[in-house]
Amino acid sequence: MFNTNPFSELAALISPEIMQGYIILMAILVFLGTVLDMMHKKSAKYFFQDSEKNAKNAKRTVGAGEKVGLAVAVVANEVLTSGEFANTKRRLSHLLTMYGFILFVVATALMIFGNTAEILPQLWHIGAIMLCLGGYWFWFSIRVDVSAEGAKWYKLVPADIFIVSLFTTATFGLIWSYLQSSGAGAVADMGWTTLFFGLFILSNTILFASVLWSKFAHMFFKPAAALQKRVAHADGGNLNLPGDFDLSSPEVQAKFPDIPQYMGKNPVNMGPGIRREPPNHY
Amino acid sequence: MPTFVYMTRCDGCGQCVDICPSDIMHIDKTLRRAYNIEPNMCWECYSCVKACPHHAIDVRGYADFAPLGSSVRVHRDEEKGTIAWRIKFRNGQKDMELLAPITTKPWGTCIPQLADVAAPAAAVVDSELLFNEPKYVAMNDNALPTLKSNKLSLKEGVYY
Repeated sequence: MFNTNPFSELAALISPEIMQGYIILMAILVFLGTVLDMMHKKSAKYFFQDSEKNAKNAKRTVGAGEKVGLAVAVVANEVLTSGEFANTKRRLSHLLTMYGFILFVVATALMIFGNTAEILPQLWHIGAIMLCLGGYWFWFSIRVDVSAEGAKWYKLVPADIFIVSLFTTATFGLIWSYLQSSGAGAVADMGWTTLFFGLFILSNTILFASVLWSKFAHMFFKPAAALQKRVAHADGGNLNLPGDFDLSSPEVQAKFPDIPQYMGKNPVNMGPGIRREPPNHY
Repeated sequence: MPTFVYMTRCDGCGQCVDICPSDIMHIDKTLRRAYNIEPNMCWECYSCVKACPHHAIDVRGYADFAPLGSSVRVHRDEEKGTIAWRIKFRNGQKDMELLAPITTKPWGTCIPQLADVAAPAAAVVDSELLFNEPKYVAMNDNALPTLKSNKLSLKEGVYY
């Protein structure tokens, strides 16, 4: 199963051109959904309004070179390692889901557009498994209304459309691939394989066609918001937040004499404080 | 005026829900973000504002002493053991930063280990004082703590 391209067997029933057309259609739906989402929520308008507000608060100008450096930091921290999550479990779950999704989608597109590299079917299956691990972990244990309210797994609200369509796509894809490779019949036989292939296509279509109503578009605007936050920090405006002080610096100690008086010249690390246990008492 | 949450910065971690003394910070069941369920019961204690790891909670001050458009923001740094405030007037002319220690020793290192202390005698139990009271409020033989005994001195200025 892991070494078999599930789409090559499917080609007997559905021509590669139709499969390629489907991929292009999904890409168009994501693009349209994201644009409509931006228009509906006015997120681009508010984003630029915020930028203007931050620029007014700025204490210095951030140069183009520095901005490139900040963009690299955003890619390394917020994008590649999901550094914005304060909760380690959520961060791990997000990393699994994100990399699983990327592997799954890229391998699907490459296989359907005729790339025959042997590693692609393996990456497709690994991606789907990672998506399932991250997705089910989030769904059954991490999401806040499970840990806080004990919400049941079958309690669905419209906001769940993204995560649910994500892990059902991966699950149905894996089941379809397993049935197809284990001799349960081809998609054309109208048996179990057909059913799970149909469910795979259905959840996949919901995932990419529901961008306007789901949080799919976060993968585009989150990095932009993270960059805006870093630029605001660098230009001194810092969203009106206080600066990050180095307690052992003589200038800081001269400005705030309480620090050396009560904490000494080189204050020690005081430990995690209230962060020593995760918030789960509510 | 009470606290409010910047929805795009909140990730629903629940720190504010844990710490709110009035139990009015809750997680919205649909959006999975924190919100103040009862704004008129909020007494602006800033506990949630300080506890939020994403600075997603803010407070609009009452107009009589904090004009609309002004900003009071805070960053509580557990590891440094400090709290930093930035107060900005609405005209932007006054922009103050304050920094103060909130602990002088690592968190949790100075909690009395009462389980290891010998049980009080019957006479102590019957006494009007609480367990270990003279010692723990430093009113034992060492006498009252004073600025001098703590090697502190009064400085000129306003004291709160």
